[in-house]
Amino acid sequence: MSEAATAARRKTPRQVIGEGPRTRFVLIAVALAFLGLMLIAPLLVVFIEAFSRGLGVYLEALAMPDTMSALQLTLLVAAIAVPANLVFGVAASWAIAKFDFKGKSFLLTLIDLPFAVSPVVSGLIFVLLFGANSVLGPWLQDMGIQVLFAVPGIVIATIFITFPFVARELIPLMQQQGSSEEEAAVSLGAGGWRTFFLVTLPNVKWGLLYGVLLCNARAMGEFGAVSVVSGHIRGQTNTLPLHIEILYNDNKAAAAFAVASLLAMLALVTLAVKTMLEARFAGSLAAQRRH
Amino acid sequence: MQVRAEHISKHYAGLAALDDVSLTVASGELVALLGPSGSGKTTLLRTIAGLEVADSGVVYFNDRDAAQSRIQDRGVGFVFQHYALFKHMRVMDNIAFGLRARKRNKLKEAEIRKRVMELLDLVQLSGLEKRFPSQLSGGQRQRVALARALAIEPSVLLLDEPFGALDARVRKDLRRWLREIHERTGHTTLFVTHDQEEALELADRVVVMNKGKIEQSATPDEIYDTPATPFVFSFIGESSVIPVVVGNGRATLDERVIDLEVGTLPDGPAQLYLRPEDIAMVTDGGPGIPGLVVSTRRIGGMRRVTIECGLARHRIEFDAPAETPIANSQRLQVRVIGGRVYGAGSEGYETEKLAASATSDFKWAKAEGWLDR
Repeated sequence: MSEAATAARRKTPRQVIGEGPRTRFVLIAVALAFLGLMLIAPLLVVFIEAFSRGLGVYLEALAMPDTMSALQLTLLVAAIAVPANLVFGVAASWAIAKFDFKGKSFLLTLIDLPFAVSPVVSGLIFVLLFGANSVLGPWLQDMGIQVLFAVPGIVIATIFITFPFVARELIPLMQQQGSSEEEAAVSLGAGGWRTFFLVTLPNVKWGLLYGVLLCNARAMGEFGAVSVVSGHIRGQTNTLPLHIEILYNDNKAAAAFAVASLLAMLALVTLAVKTMLEARFAGSLAAQRRH
Repeated sequence: MQVRAEHISKHYAGLAALDDVSLTVASGELVALLGPSGSGKTTLLRTIAGLEVADSGVVYFNDRDAAQSRIQDRGVGFVFQHYALFKHMRVMDNIAFGLRARKRNKLKEAEIRKRVMELLDLVQLSGLEKRFPSQLSGGQRQRVALARALAIEPSVLLLDEPFGALDARVRKDLRRWLREIHERTGHTTLFVTHDQEEALELADRVVVMNKGKIEQSATPDEIYDTPATPFVFSFIGESSVIPVVVGNGRATLDERVIDLEVGTLPDGPAQLYLRPEDIAMVTDGGPGIPGLVVSTRRIGGMRRVTIECGLARHRIEFDAPAETPIANSQRLQVRVIGGRVYGAGSEGYETEKLAASATSDFKWAKAEGWLDR
């Protein structure tokens, strides 16, 4: 073949896999339209509605004592639930990924349970467990501990709902990495804790951070289970999602959307951080595969 | 330090990975565990290291039962096939890991640094201490892994297919280099490999394993020259196998196409194992085993010829000089000048090496007919 012909062929790269330009255009358009309708439009509506009565109403809605207390409660619940699930999640993935024991697959299924069960059902489970007519209820009452319709109930329900996030993120990662680095550390004389903190944890740090972020997003946004156990006491047991519903039901749409925008902002920040981490995480994962 | 494994058995899901295996590695010895995948060699190595727990049997380090000490205190340097370097640590920190993990007579940071530099010098990687494992080639990583294992001054060095993931040339270099390090440091060393060339070249003693049992434990020369079992014969080097019948002190095939003197072997079915060098082509018109050439291929300075002989068209491979013109479908005669016959004895196999002179007495004139089938 002449050099000119070779050069000409190089200039028009032939798509080996894939559809023609028209099909591609249609497919991309359909995907974008769907994305816009289902995701972007609702998000925009939240912010448009929030500012529909002007900035003053918006700030007023945020400054309401009930909103502030709901925000505080939401942050408090997340501050308890996320670290708790961080510890549980790391422990569960460590056990499942690095050791063989009877009932391993059962435990794996159990971790997925909160994903499979409707959040409302999860909430009802705790009502049945801690309610006045339950086995634990009277005993707790005698001890003077209020679980249902109080902060402990909300925390417990949130922990239950967000349990899988950290573990689900870590288990495949740890399984893929295998145990040989840990075996090397142990043969070099390192004890269990040293091996965990110097070898295992650094290897999963990005995945762990990612799992914690998702866990946090869900802990702040959880509605169903928390709704059942909270009792909706304004200023006391209302988290942000519950507060939004109450405002909306009271025909305070602008206020409801204002608070919703706050929650949406939290989600957007989480997503932005997650995307940044993913870029970082993908790099280090690729490096590990190269290794 | 002497390592002794006694009557080790280990089962995975009902399958025996190790079946009553006993092995002694003398102090300062360099021993290879050689076998195909699934032969239990890695399981044995990991059991000695303490990374696996045997179902039964005891591992002794000198005269001390290893089960009494934690794996951290065994003083075993273990090198993994895929290096298992700590990915997020620099080379320097990888090598220093074992020194820093020490409980007793901890070293000062300056001493650790000095020791790491000495080790880097030993494994010829000076100047790379700041690199991360992902910035090293496979051969360099494995040398870091070895330096890391040597850092704790192990009483025993165990290597699991240390060169398995490397390409052929790097493997050869590292092999020679490991031998040098062994001679310099004198560690009792046990390594696992499926590469016979590696085992025969590197080790003082080769332990051939198959299906969870030790088939033979001997020097490289003995392994090659007097393989104890048919498995060892066929696993080491090239071989052709022909089923023969032993009777009256002779091993025969098909109305004496092959007829060899075998001395004391018991009567009954037996296997004739031949290496390419155990066969010579008959060029002087004398008697030989008639065969039909089915393929020839060039291997280095020789031509590897495959012929079929006998009723069942048994294949025999042998080497002819490259310049000898041999074509497919050509008829020729060959002569057995070595090889081994394995007969079923009361204890495993009875084997006899064939002498070069035992090639006499071919009924080759009669055998001519076999080619006209």
